[in-house]
Amino acid sequence: MSEAVAHPQALAETYEPSLFGTYSKKIGMWLFLLSDSLTFGALLYAYTYGRISTPNWPTPFHSESIRNATLMTAFLLTSSLTMVLAVRASVFGNAKTQRWWLFATMACGTAFVVLHGREWSNLIAEGLTLPVFPTVPHHTASAEFSNVAQTVPQFPATFFGLTGMHMLHVTLGVIYLGIIALRRTFIPILLGLWLIAWLATPAYSPFHYGAHVLLAAAVVCGVIVWLKPKVYDSSDVEVAGLYWHFVDLVWMFIFPLVYLMSTRII
Amino acid sequence: MATTATVHAHAAPQGFIRKYIFSLDHKIIGLQYYFLALVAVFVGMFLSLLMRIHLIWPTAVLPLVGEIKPETYLSLLTMHGTIMVFFVLTTAPQSGFGNYFLPIQIGAPDMAFPVLNMLSFWTTFLAFVAMIAAFFVSGGAPLHGWTGYAPLSALPSAGPGEQLGADLWVISIAIFCVASLMGALNFITTLLDLRAKGMTLFRLPLTCWAWFVTAILALLAFGVLLSAGILLLLDRNLGTSFYVPLVVVNGTVMGHKGGSPLLWQHLFWFFGHPEVYIAILPGMGVASQVLSTFARKPIFGYKAMVYAIMAIGLLGFTVWGHHMFMSGMSPYSAFAFSIMTMAIGVPSAIKTFNWLGTLHKARIRFHSPMLFAIGFVSLFVSGGLSGPFLAQPVLDIPLHDTYFVVGHFHLIMGVAAIFGIFAATYYWFPKMFGRMMNESLGRIHFWVTLVGTYAIFMPMHYLGMAGHPRRYSQLTELAYLHDLIPVQQFMTYAAFITIGFQFVFVFNLFWSMFKGPKASDNPWEATTLEWTTATPPPHDNFGGHTPVVNHGPYEYSVPGAPRDYVMQTDPVTATAH
Ligand code: HEM
Ligand SMILES: [Cu+2]
Repeated sequence: MSEAVAHPQALAETYEPSLFGTYSKKIGMWLFLLSDSLTFGALLYAYTYGRISTPNWPTPFHSESIRNATLMTAFLLTSSLTMVLAVRASVFGNAKTQRWWLFATMACGTAFVVLHGREWSNLIAEGLTLPVFPTVPHHTASAEFSNVAQTVPQFPATFFGLTGMHMLHVTLGVIYLGIIALRRTFIPILLGLWLIAWLATPAYSPFHYGAHVLLAAAVVCGVIVWLKPKVYDSSDVEVAGLYWHFVDLVWMFIFPLVYLMSTRII
Repeated sequence: MATTATVHAHAAPQGFIRKYIFSLDHKIIGLQYYFLALVAVFVGMFLSLLMRIHLIWPTAVLPLVGEIKPETYLSLLTMHGTIMVFFVLTTAPQSGFGNYFLPIQIGAPDMAFPVLNMLSFWTTFLAFVAMIAAFFVSGGAPLHGWTGYAPLSALPSAGPGEQLGADLWVISIAIFCVASLMGALNFITTLLDLRAKGMTLFRLPLTCWAWFVTAILALLAFGVLLSAGILLLLDRNLGTSFYVPLVVVNGTVMGHKGGSPLLWQHLFWFFGHPEVYIAILPGMGVASQVLSTFARKPIFGYKAMVYAIMAIGLLGFTVWGHHMFMSGMSPYSAFAFSIMTMAIGVPSAIKTFNWLGTLHKARIRFHSPMLFAIGFVSLFVSGGLSGPFLAQPVLDIPLHDTYFVVGHFHLIMGVAAIFGIFAATYYWFPKMFGRMMNESLGRIHFWVTLVGTYAIFMPMHYLGMAGHPRRYSQLTELAYLHDLIPVQQFMTYAAFITIGFQFVFVFNLFWSMFKGPKASDNPWEATTLEWTTATPPPHDNFGGHTPVVNHGPYEYSVPGAPRDYVMQTDPVTATAH
């Protein structure tokens, strides 16, 4: 299949100008983000619904969680900056610099996910957990967190639901950037990451199973790269950037709502 | 960036697999969707027949399902409703015909994202497989209705079908959401970016407007349903309590507490009401197109039609609460939802009057597509009139969850949309397959289906007013339901006949595909772009060039023109007045 990208001049003569004066892929991404913001909107609505209808919503997070979440936020904000630099480099046609900035963005995203995973694991060990998550062996839960999980099941449910969906988005974002930066070379790397994530997490951890997201993503990416084996151009970086900034923006809602508003104030 | 669009002039694929199975050609993908919907509609019809049989012969032992227990009946109606709404009414008019004809009608060589298009079909297919699989797992298909109300849908222990079957149901719906999102953003981008020179927004055929607005609705609504479905999966499998309060099932206290079943209803109906318009808007577009073509008149009030479609789309997002009047709602909210709901009647009425205006004093050519388009208008009016009744909380209190609602939505959403699909099939068949369908068989099919559907669904309104609840399988125990059984019998007989005659359609479809008389490029003497190209259209739709559009979509009986119609690509001088 050959992908003929006609010259803009020729296009302007055969087609009506696009309503938004930009290329299709970018419009497509904006539309996706529109629908994704409704998806997140529905989750935030569910969170608000649960929070409002629960008398005495608990505020159990202490400074340790907040410090960790702030660090995560810092990584995410930095990644937005590096993403902007990647787009800039791609506009100037500087493929190498662009790739390095993409790697930096991916690194920040990965740091975010790892820190978040650590946070989850700690909370689960401390007893802020869902009924199906197994208890962590050799660890006694704290009375306070277990009590929250027992009396207000809405709390862990919304916490894990919202942050889990967001973590999934960041993970997929890192994979997306990896494909943009390395194309099909990234797929074996992804498979390697899957193996590492799977083997490195103990069987009682939700991430042991969550790691299979990477496997599924590798399969889907494989199909897409096989169908569209073309070389990515600067517009792909820009479009990926839109997605990345959006995921960042969503965190700016989740962080205050889920963490800051549930902090124990002494 | 000043570039406009990227044109995907991919070469015609070779080999059966790349050409017909994993095709990137929007026309093939459109047909794939169409045939998927055709399979689905027969599955759905078969299930409805089983239900109708059970209602009047409760002890009968039926093929494939055996004896129908009350929970079997619930499984049947759940799967009937879900398959019909998602895999027929959402799939055929929008993804099927929209895929095939939206690019051609705007003069594009393909969709904006052909790979995404293919992926969205195959994801839909996957969703269908998951849905059908629910029949075959232990416990069988779910019981919670197409609306999936929690807590029933959230508790695996709530009934036999609520175990693996319900998981498959939710997963299928979630996959379907993803597929629809991919399709929707493709439709929108295509329409924004790939219109041929001269195809300004107000020269778009009304079908394109309808597909466009439908795609926007789908983009916004399915995202919310996706979230709702994910939370439902969490409730079912991870023990969260988004939708489940403290409940006791068969004497056992469930581990949930603190959730709200109303949350599900809000999220579901925020999707659900736009969904009914996703089902009907493409039919409205087809009806407009066909009425204008066969009345040989411009559509009455083109711009009003466009604005009405937009108004319906917009208002459609503000009325979901009318499904929840009886769920415990503040009277003030109920009042607001009621007002907004009745406001939708205004653009709906505008469309109806414009259709009638188009027919007024026309020299109508009564071919099968036209019959079905008129039938569409008839059903839309009959079904629509009961809407404002249901929209008033006081009237909805007795009517909610009765057969009255079943009658309302079957007429307006079920059969009207199906008539839209039929009109589209008879109208575009020559373009898609290069042959004509049989006219006599088409007429027989039309008359039996029209009379048959009214015979099935009109009496439901009387049943509802008599207080007959919906989703009941045993009619013999209660005296007042027992007295209504003759009406049920009448409906079942009508269903037998109507469903039987659908085989006339299927026969006509497949027979004409191979044996029908060859069709010319423009058999209906219509004006829009699909009729300017070869029959069936070549791989890139217009054989290497892009049409230039000089006219509006419905220029029929133009004074001074050489023929009684001016095609959109005709040179400007043709209308010199
Ligand atoms: C004037 C326009 C309309 C009005 C005022 C209206 C009003 C209503 C109301 C108030 C209900 C809720 C009844 C109840 O559950 O107690 C309802 C149900 C329903 N309506 Fe409409 N409607 C209109 C048009 C439509 C259209 C155009 C469609 C589809 C194409 C449609 C499809 C449905 C469906 C599927 C349900 C039932 C859902 C269920 O409970 O399973 N309606 N309508
Ligand atoms: Cu509604």
